[in-house]
Amino acid sequence: MKNIFDKIWDAHIVQSVQDGPDVFYIDRHFIHEVTSPQAFTGLRERGLPVFRPKQTIATADHNVPTEDQDKLIKEALSRLQVDTLVSNCKEFGLELYGLGHPYQGIVHVIGPELGITQPGMTIVCGDSHTSTHGAFGCIAFGIGTSEVEQVLATQCILQQKAQSMRITIDGELGKGVTAKDLILYVISKLGTAGGTGHVVEYAGSAIRSLSMEGRMTVCNMSIEMGARGGLIAPDQTTFDYIKGREFAPQGVDWETAVMKWKELPSDPGATFDKEYHFDAADIEPMITYGTNPGMGLGISQRIPQKEDLASERDGRQLQKSLAYMNLQAGQPMLGQQIDYVFIGSCTNSRIEDLREVAAFVKGKKKADHVQVLIVPGSQQVREQSQKEGLDKILAEAGFFLREPGCSACLGMNEDKVPPGKYCVSTSNRNFEGRQGPGSRTFLASPLTAAAAAVAGKIVDVREYL
Amino acid sequence: MKAFTTIHSSAIPLPIENIDTDQIIPARFLKATTREGFGENLFCDWRYHKDGSEKADFVLNDLTYSGEILVAGANFGCGSSREHAAWAIGDYGFRVVVSSFFADIFKNNALNNGILPVQVSEDFLQKLFASIQQNPGTEITVDLDNQKISFEGGKASFDINSYKKMCLQKGYSDLDFLLSLREKIGAFEM
Repeated sequence: MKNIFDKIWDAHIVQSVQDGPDVFYIDRHFIHEVTSPQAFTGLRERGLPVFRPKQTIATADHNVPTEDQDKLIKEALSRLQVDTLVSNCKEFGLELYGLGHPYQGIVHVIGPELGITQPGMTIVCGDSHTSTHGAFGCIAFGIGTSEVEQVLATQCILQQKAQSMRITIDGELGKGVTAKDLILYVISKLGTAGGTGHVVEYAGSAIRSLSMEGRMTVCNMSIEMGARGGLIAPDQTTFDYIKGREFAPQGVDWETAVMKWKELPSDPGATFDKEYHFDAADIEPMITYGTNPGMGLGISQRIPQKEDLASERDGRQLQKSLAYMNLQAGQPMLGQQIDYVFIGSCTNSRIEDLREVAAFVKGKKKADHVQVLIVPGSQQVREQSQKEGLDKILAEAGFFLREPGCSACLGMNEDKVPPGKYCVSTSNRNFEGRQGPGSRTFLASPLTAAAAAVAGKIVDVREYL
Repeated sequence: MKAFTTIHSSAIPLPIENIDTDQIIPARFLKATTREGFGENLFCDWRYHKDGSEKADFVLNDLTYSGEILVAGANFGCGSSREHAAWAIGDYGFRVVVSSFFADIFKNNALNNGILPVQVSEDFLQKLFASIQQNPGTEITVDLDNQKISFEGGKASFDINSYKKMCLQKGYSDLDFLLSLREKIGAFEM
């Protein structure tokens, strides 16, 4: 009896090192401009080629502007990094979906939409949100640049096997409650370190009813509770999503692949090192108030008092966070004024997210004082939203669809939230300064973010549906 | 990679929990294409005012504290996978980070750069903070061979898997080992 994590892990061990890590084989490797240049320098210094060039896929996302992508990047250091990626891919013979390519986009959006991400695979990238790909029933996790170099040179890394955890969420999500709320809820219960050392399988009827986009949102944020990765057993929803995509198996290969994928789900009775259960009916639209993703609450609730918290440590964190956020313990989140709304990032920039936002804002207008940044996850998402006329609906509401990239999730390009300003963001991290020095972030779902943009303050989206 | 020997040093205390890699090195400094020079911007937003002048109350700007050991609150290094965080810590001159809990990716990145993450109990950590507060010169010994950390007010053992320990002791990198296995990896692919 094996769980899905054991099945995939065990099938990828090249060699076990005694009292050490496993030599772990990597099926697919994604790279981007920020965490790869030093790895290529390492190869060059040793005179090494890329061992399996067909298994590494590159894109430019972290640094790229989200306007005028056809023009030269203005910022010199960003331009150098993007240019370095182009020359490295050329020198080492790697496929690059760079600026100007119809497949360019956020690395965790393009892998799945191109059908590169498939069940049973091991996937790594020098980016902690690689956990996103786990939505397809993969072991997928973020690595450092030294490990990027190892994968380029040998298609393997040395990894200590993580422990397994299962989080079961049964029941039905309420009106206006989305996959993002579900995962923010779980993280608020487990804390930012609750998953450390573990790979999480998300299970239960609430997970099964999610679309692939929703499942990606859930797995994406596994790292925000410290987990090494998160995954969901593949099912018909998974197969239907992959079928027919550019790099998906075709014809007879498709049938064989699906048969193999159907063997991946955890065996009945398989055990996990840790288990948690939640009821979907308990979940409200969520919002964070602090400076880590575990500091979230239901939209109708008040910021806790120090005394409400379980430990002294949480109390210290609360005080520090509230000082940074300029919020008061005990205050309600509803009615909190905001300045910015960011809809985008590898967490929530897929077509389903844009459809949801467009449907909500249709016929409405953003509040005058709110700046809205809406950034699609990929060129394909952008093109699809134009085909469906979403860009027009959004524009009429004052949401102007930009060009794809990581954007204001981490503010490496020009898209930043100014010091002291409040931003409702569909991204994944509310750390101090994450969206720009001094920025203050409230993490929420695309629906809640759209509602905040229209109201000019934090509101309960359920009252508008 | 520089081989790791026993370290005797005073420490710099940072008694803050959940220090994420965006605090260690903010994203706007990740635009370099080399591994050097990140130490200058270590903890940048806590360390400097907007105009670049030092914030006097931040511990790295307090001459009372110095040393090759950083002592930090629980869940150190959470967040992004950026190895730049480990590079910044190493470049600043730290060889050891002591905490009661480390985020997974940071721990790997530290080890891959010859920086030893020493995980101790919360109780030991608090005693160590108290001792440093009382006497900033508190000398700490980190003995990798025997996996022991000690100071005048206490001692403890710490875990590290024997492979990683050997790599640190000898200055080996994982890549040296993996490269020796390329034939075996090729056979595995068949």
